[in-house]
Amino acid sequence: MAAKITVRDLTMAYGDLIIMKDLNFEIDDKDIFVIIGSSGCGKSTLLRHLIGLQEPTKGSIHFGEENFTAIDPDERRAFMRRFGVMYQSGALWSSLTLGENISMLLEEAGTWEASTVRDLVAYKLALVGLSGFEDFYPAQISGGMKKRAAIARAMALDPDILFLDEPSSGLDPLSSRRLDELILGLRDSQKSTIVIVTHELASIFSIATKALFLDTATKTQGAIGPPCELRDHSSNPAVRLFLNRGSLSKATSS
Amino acid sequence: MNSKTSRMTTLTHPPPTADWQQDGKEMTLELAGDWRREGPSVKVSGKVLDKNPTRYGLSSLGFYDSTLPAFLLAHFRRVSASAKDKKELPPLDGLPDQLRGLLVLALAVPEESVLSLPTDAGSTREKLGRMTMHFFNKVQAFLEFTGLTALSLLRLCTGRARFRTSDFWLVLQQCGVEALPIVALISFLIGLILAFVGNVQLTHFGANLYVADLVGIAMVREMGVVMTAIIMSGRTGAAFAAHIGSMKSNEEIDALRTFGFNPIDFLVLPRLLALVLMMPILTIYANVIGIFGGMVVGSFVGIPPELYWHETLASLDMTTSSLGVIKSVFFGATIAMSGCMMGMQSGKSSAAVGEATTQAVVASITAIVVLDSAFAAIFTLLEI
Repeated sequence: MAAKITVRDLTMAYGDLIIMKDLNFEIDDKDIFVIIGSSGCGKSTLLRHLIGLQEPTKGSIHFGEENFTAIDPDERRAFMRRFGVMYQSGALWSSLTLGENISMLLEEAGTWEASTVRDLVAYKLALVGLSGFEDFYPAQISGGMKKRAAIARAMALDPDILFLDEPSSGLDPLSSRRLDELILGLRDSQKSTIVIVTHELASIFSIATKALFLDTATKTQGAIGPPCELRDHSSNPAVRLFLNRGSLSKATSS
Repeated sequence: MNSKTSRMTTLTHPPPTADWQQDGKEMTLELAGDWRREGPSVKVSGKVLDKNPTRYGLSSLGFYDSTLPAFLLAHFRRVSASAKDKKELPPLDGLPDQLRGLLVLALAVPEESVLSLPTDAGSTREKLGRMTMHFFNKVQAFLEFTGLTALSLLRLCTGRARFRTSDFWLVLQQCGVEALPIVALISFLIGLILAFVGNVQLTHFGANLYVADLVGIAMVREMGVVMTAIIMSGRTGAAFAAHIGSMKSNEEIDALRTFGFNPIDFLVLPRLLALVLMMPILTIYANVIGIFGGMVVGSFVGIPPELYWHETLASLDMTTSSLGVIKSVFFGATIAMSGCMMGMQSGKSSAAVGEATTQAVVASITAIVVLDSAFAAIFTLLEI
């Protein structure tokens, strides 16, 4: 299924406090799309809008031809089944083991042989380097491991679109690198579209096909395009600065 | 800096001073003394204008810690608040390199002035308005939650609501078997107390056999069910609110939603069903234990257990005995609903989870007493 996402004139606000306004962008099928911007600029909020947890104050979000903001709850839920989401905090269900966290989704999606479920769970956990942790509860593992388990859960149903909120924060360099490979692999093998909120510049340049920069100063999108191009040729100095890891002296001079 | 501080404590510290000297267009800020957190606060002299200094006099400046840059930053902020051009940086030349570097950092991002998060401050009228709004919001939230739960129950009846049956069994165990000891202890003591109080009064009339009637009727009509409900509010209602509240603060409920689970079906239904199922059983159990408590007292004050038992049976008919049990179903639903609702509406901080727990207990105990009064009125009207 095509998973092109179109965002039109999106304005996000908490009451009177406007977070971002007039966002217009497209995420193409099989894109690895990163959302960047300084902390507190509304990246996670944008993600919550994309997955339908928060209603836009203005504007709309389209998946393919369908207006996601206007459809009725049942249709929306059907759409949401095509998503895989990893929250910033992991948000693993704390009363379930890692295995159950994943198997619950599988069991919800259809009737499977118990052995199939077991194998799928083991496979998903192995992908994130957590083989053998099926029976651990989220409280029994470290923060980075929780993050990886949450990624495994997000991938459980081979989603058309995978949303990851800061997947690599709190991961060691090797796990973070593995994650990049995993994301590329998912895109290539399952034709998934992947939307990532991240600060990891190395991984942005190596895997992202498109980047959206949210500018806190103007409260709207600062630039959009392939990250390497933005870094070297963006007309917006704030974007170049961000992607070049600008030092403070450069920031004040520009 | 620490070693410097400790070395200097042996010396006397000149107090920190800031002197503003205006000379035509020049504005000199003369800083002197030792600026230490532990020392006296700064003495400001001269005329303080809403202007940035153009020059700094540092000849008698001694030791300084964060109090000096904090003092300067506060002044710069005051100036920029009244200035037209908020972006203009104050002149920092002439300050020691280290200090200048820190101030450049502090001034790099201008103060966010558009930020207006809702606060509790305001006039009395404003507060009253906000409280009223808050009250109506709560009522609306309650109605919404009740509606959603009703819809969820409807889905359950048509077989479309889904939750993990293992969750249901777990909650059933938590609010059933695991509550038995505390319910037994409390109802035994309640039966004991009723019998003691009743015995003292009834002996005056030589009618202390009627202690059995008193304990029996009081237990099955009121005390058994109300005490059980209060125990369950504090025990299970609070646990529901805390569990669901912490799930909310950890985004677990959002996660349920995005993966296509209905949080009401998934979290509220098993808890509601389990408690509605367990409350009548616990109530019957509490009634029996309470009557047993009365019997123990009876045997001490000269009513043999056989006689006591006979008298109890004679005083209780099926209708009277079922009143408490009928009420317990409603009380169970109330406890589960208020626990789950407060949890679902909890804020995202750990303090908010605590608050939600408190509110759940307060709300359900209040609701139980109010409901019980309503039942008393209804039963009186029906002459039961």
